[in-house]
Amino acid sequence: MLDWGWLADHLGAFADRTVQHLYLAAVGLVVGFAIAFALGLVAIRRRRSYPPIAGAAGILYTIPSLVLFAALVPITGLSLLTAEVPLVIYTQVIFIRNIVAGFDAVPADVLEAADGMGYARDQRLLRVELPLAVPLIVAGLRVASVSTIGLVTITGTLGDRFGGLGFFIFEGYSRGFATEIAAGAVGSMVLALVVDAVLVRVQRFLTPWTRPPALAAERLPADAATS
Amino acid sequence: MEPDERALGNAAATVEFEHVTKRYDAGENGPGAVNDLSFVVPAGKICVLVGPSGCGKTTSLKMVNRLIEPTAGRILIDGRDISTEDPIGLRRRIGYVIQQTGLFPHQTIGENIAVVPRLLGWPASRQRERAEELLGIVGLDAARYRDRYPSQLSGGERQRVGVARALAADPPLMLMDEPFGAVDPIVREHLQNELLRVQADLAKTILFVTHDIDEAIKMGDLVAVMQNGGRLAQFAPPAELLARPASEFVARFVGADRGLKRMSLMRVRDLPLHAAVTARPGDDAADALRRITADPFPYLLLVDRSGAPIGWFDEAEIPATGTLSADAAVSMSPLFAPETTLKDALSMLLDNEVQAGIAVDRGGRVLGLVTDGDIAAAARPDGPAARPDAGA
Ligand SMILES: Nc1ncnc2c1ncn2[C@@H]1O[C@H](COP(=O)(O)OP(=O)(O)OP(=O)(O)O)[C@@H](O)[C@H]1O
Ligand SMILES: [Mg+2]
Repeated sequence: MLDWGWLADHLGAFADRTVQHLYLAAVGLVVGFAIAFALGLVAIRRRRSYPPIAGAAGILYTIPSLVLFAALVPITGLSLLTAEVPLVIYTQVIFIRNIVAGFDAVPADVLEAADGMGYARDQRLLRVELPLAVPLIVAGLRVASVSTIGLVTITGTLGDRFGGLGFFIFEGYSRGFATEIAAGAVGSMVLALVVDAVLVRVQRFLTPWTRPPALAAERLPADAATS
Repeated sequence: MEPDERALGNAAATVEFEHVTKRYDAGENGPGAVNDLSFVVPAGKICVLVGPSGCGKTTSLKMVNRLIEPTAGRILIDGRDISTEDPIGLRRRIGYVIQQTGLFPHQTIGENIAVVPRLLGWPASRQRERAEELLGIVGLDAARYRDRYPSQLSGGERQRVGVARALAADPPLMLMDEPFGAVDPIVREHLQNELLRVQADLAKTILFVTHDIDEAIKMGDLVAVMQNGGRLAQFAPPAELLARPASEFVARFVGADRGLKRMSLMRVRDLPLHAAVTARPGDDAADALRRITADPFPYLLLVDRSGAPIGWFDEAEIPATGTLSADAAVSMSPLFAPETTLKDALSMLLDNEVQAGIAVDRGGRVLGLVTDGDIAAAARPDGPAARPDAGA
């Protein structure tokens, strides 16, 4: 049975840990995205660099997270950096693949039209390719967010300054207190789901053209009237 | 209007290909995609590049806006070698329509049309006005279509938007690569007519690619027939192409029905019309009989006060005395407008089982007579009326 009284007494701590959780995840995601975007652009411009970049990111992804944290402690101590480096590393393979796939998904005729109408290279990248890559980039962001929010709990191994909601899992485990473990685990899961739902909204807002064509039914009369 | 735009708007550009060759595999000495192509398109004309698949039409077109660089030779626009120009600036001065339309899925129709004006830095209000004006020009209701996305349009509507987008900055030169390739024949015919109508006002220089010889003949002031290996087989106005194909290849490409095709190029106004012997109801019959006897064509055409035809009198049916009455006149012949094609005219004669039709002007007044013999004579390769008028 859950100890509801304990939960009620710890709402403040719960809120603080939720904020910390979001902060740790956000730093990892933002830094991870920035690095992956740069690597993705390199991969797009120099196609031959894509397999080694994606391969390296894939190999890093296979390192068990606890090992990575443990390996970093002697170098960077029990610091924010130690917490974030693994988070960033694990986002890479997801981000890079989705960014490259997003740019690859831009139709060839659109690129040809953009060139033919006189877009300079960077203009084309920014105003044509990037917007059209957004759906797949956001898809990657969703997967990376969920996985990063889950991973943040493990940063609790670095001590109670880290871990976000994972703090409750570690503390509850050491005290043999099921309610606290459940609170940390469920809280982390709900957080991931909420962030995912927010990102879906963000994508809809960013890509109004991908909404189902509401005007489809009007097509036929329009053509008949003008032909 | 911005000053630079006025300079563009009033001009159409001359385009010259000078011994242009393109080989995709640099090292090889193979045939190449385009081989020693030379021709001149005068300002304000539509030149159609036509030929079988893979003969180098698209390659030729893309060398004009430098999406592809020639291996040898040069291309001049208004006498200037384009290889000395900045490709980005060059492309913004050339309208470009591709077969798959290449509309930007993430931009509304209005934004799509205003792409080049936006790149050129026009003020936003002027971009919007221009987009709406162009939607009107290509026959789409601006209020309805401006804010839609391309995915919400039919194929034919998208192709119109593609043409509107290419026209946006009023370029002196347009490149169109199978612009109407992806629509059904009825919509295509409609889009062709619309482009010809727009062109009648704007008089751009247009390089138009198609693999459809009928489209080439209809749209072109000049037709460049290309054959595999990217060689120019013939460069001529459509009528000449049909009358005097330069080679076996061209003759086969234009088809065995080129006599019929020629008839669809020529119009009633191109024929020397026979004057009709006419009379009005109430005229003296004896006088009419005298006049008709003097004419080799034994029919009298009764016309009303305004000069519009009412019906025929056979020579034998004209009363010797008295006056002519409208009631006695027999059935009508088909009426031709001056712009009726000879193909349509002949078809109407056959359908009506008569030998002569009546050419009338816009007001319905008789201009003269056209017989099936006239049409057949004009359609012969050495026919008198063999001159191009498509796009005129
Ligand atoms: N990027 C390329 N690299 C190598 N060869 C090419 C390339 N583009 C075209 N070719 C070749 O050049 C030739 C001419 O191609 P092009 O696209 O100009 O033909 P086309 O006349 O437009 O044909 P279609 O009517 O099928 O569009 C073809 O043999 C084609 O295979
Ligand atoms: Mg082509």
